[in-house]
Amino acid sequence: MIVAKRKPFDEIKSLLKGYKKVLNVGCGTCVAVCLAGGEKEVAVLNAELDMASRLENNPVEIGAITVERQCDREYLEVLDSMVNEYDALLSMACGAGIQFLAERYPAKPVFPAVDTTFIGVNQAVGWYEERCRSCSSCVLGLTGGICPVTMCAKGLYNGPCGGTNKGSCEIDKNQPCAWHMIYERLKAQNRLDCITEITPPSDWQNQIPRTVIQPGYKKPEQK
Amino acid sequence: MKSGSNLEKVLTAGHFAFTGELGPPRGTDADEVRKKASHLKGMVDAVNITDNQTAVVRMASWAASLIILQEGLEPNYQMVCRDRNRLAMQSDILGAYAHGIRNMLCLSGDHQKFGDHPQAKGVFDIDSMQLIGMVKKMRDEGKFLGGTEVGHPPKIFIGAAANPFADPFEWRVHRLAKKIKAGVDFIQTQCIYNMEKFRTWVKQSNDMGLTEKVYLLAGVTPMKSVGMAKYMKNNVPGMDVPDELIKRLQGVDKKLQADEGIKIACEQIEEFKQMKGVAGVHLMAIEWEHKVPEIAERAKMLPRPVV
Repeated sequence: MIVAKRKPFDEIKSLLKGYKKVLNVGCGTCVAVCLAGGEKEVAVLNAELDMASRLENNPVEIGAITVERQCDREYLEVLDSMVNEYDALLSMACGAGIQFLAERYPAKPVFPAVDTTFIGVNQAVGWYEERCRSCSSCVLGLTGGICPVTMCAKGLYNGPCGGTNKGSCEIDKNQPCAWHMIYERLKAQNRLDCITEITPPSDWQNQIPRTVIQPGYKKPEQK
Repeated sequence: MKSGSNLEKVLTAGHFAFTGELGPPRGTDADEVRKKASHLKGMVDAVNITDNQTAVVRMASWAASLIILQEGLEPNYQMVCRDRNRLAMQSDILGAYAHGIRNMLCLSGDHQKFGDHPQAKGVFDIDSMQLIGMVKKMRDEGKFLGGTEVGHPPKIFIGAAANPFADPFEWRVHRLAKKIKAGVDFIQTQCIYNMEKFRTWVKQSNDMGLTEKVYLLAGVTPMKSVGMAKYMKNNVPGMDVPDELIKRLQGVDKKLQADEGIKIACEQIEEFKQMKGVAGVHLMAIEWEHKVPEIAERAKMLPRPVV
């Protein structure tokens, strides 16, 4: 899933400075699962904003709604009749959701309430770790299911570098060396031949905004 | 001859090569480079010019290389993958070659987290293995990585590093094989202190026929003190410093520790001269350039061959 963390309260407050009616829009998918921007987090943030506005004697009206997915047009329709009542929108979705919201309401200032951080996994409640950089050319089949682009601090395709340190990365003793792990796993699977060949330079397809159209589908007509 | 560099000539003529190292200044003083170079002149076959080593900003490696060229020394131009993408790397190679640089050392580079700009974006567009292949493609096929033609291809003698000590040990020799497959001509190793492990690694390389395909230069850094030995052991990733070496340094008076360090280095060099598969020594006398003449003399590496 996409993992995000809420921005510091003061930063959110300063983004909203001067706006009297703000609608806080949560997202019920990834950011809800990672406890950053779902219905509950919208309620908590709104309570904080409400309290701050009272303390500062600066009345601000904060609305709340959480949609199923901000990255999906069909779930945004419900907002169409609401947004006109507000001066600005605050979004607790990931960067994609925030942009989709801003695209739908181009006349309305839209502000992020979270920092989108990575594509990751849930290690325990409230504990998430990055696993994928969405590079568009997956090498996991050659690297024992461990991503060198994400898990190696230098993103090396032909590691490990000379800085590998007793199984740890040179940058931090607590950070495992991805290439050490790749070696150990492939060795256990008797598949070391996967990494004796040189992996050629990457095409870096993530340098421009990408579009995916699955087989059998076409780009929809723009509304 | 692939490049016609002095280092290549010395190695292909079968001489035991001796290379040195020079770190460019953290400023613009060319005299600082010249002063360090003066200690190395006539003592070594080529001088590695480091590229923002330990991820700290310094005078560009190519620029310091040009200064030592003017001083009559041969640079071994180091290039790391951390600071530039494939466009910048290839254009630097063209410029460096146009100015007379003939040797290159292709490295990944220390992570930016260690340096004076830990906030920097690490580039690592390509890695050291791919850099070797890129330089080889430019030289032998006359083509850029993108496939278009290079006008007057750069005839570079291609070097890379090897760390025989990092884990997993059994993979190290295969990584060397990969660098040879990528197209490397010579290898300079990480500083060697654990001789036993190094002997094993060289033997593995001999057994796999690798030392017939590449010139292997053994990395030597004399210890200046017990403190330095302990620091290298505990704080430098990928460094293997045996306790016996620290004990030996501790066994002499503090004032004599540096001398003992040089003595140990000379004993190592003596062994490397006899070791099958080792074609030379790379001396990394870090901020100790003025000691190089003494070390070269005591290691019986003088005079340097003229080929």
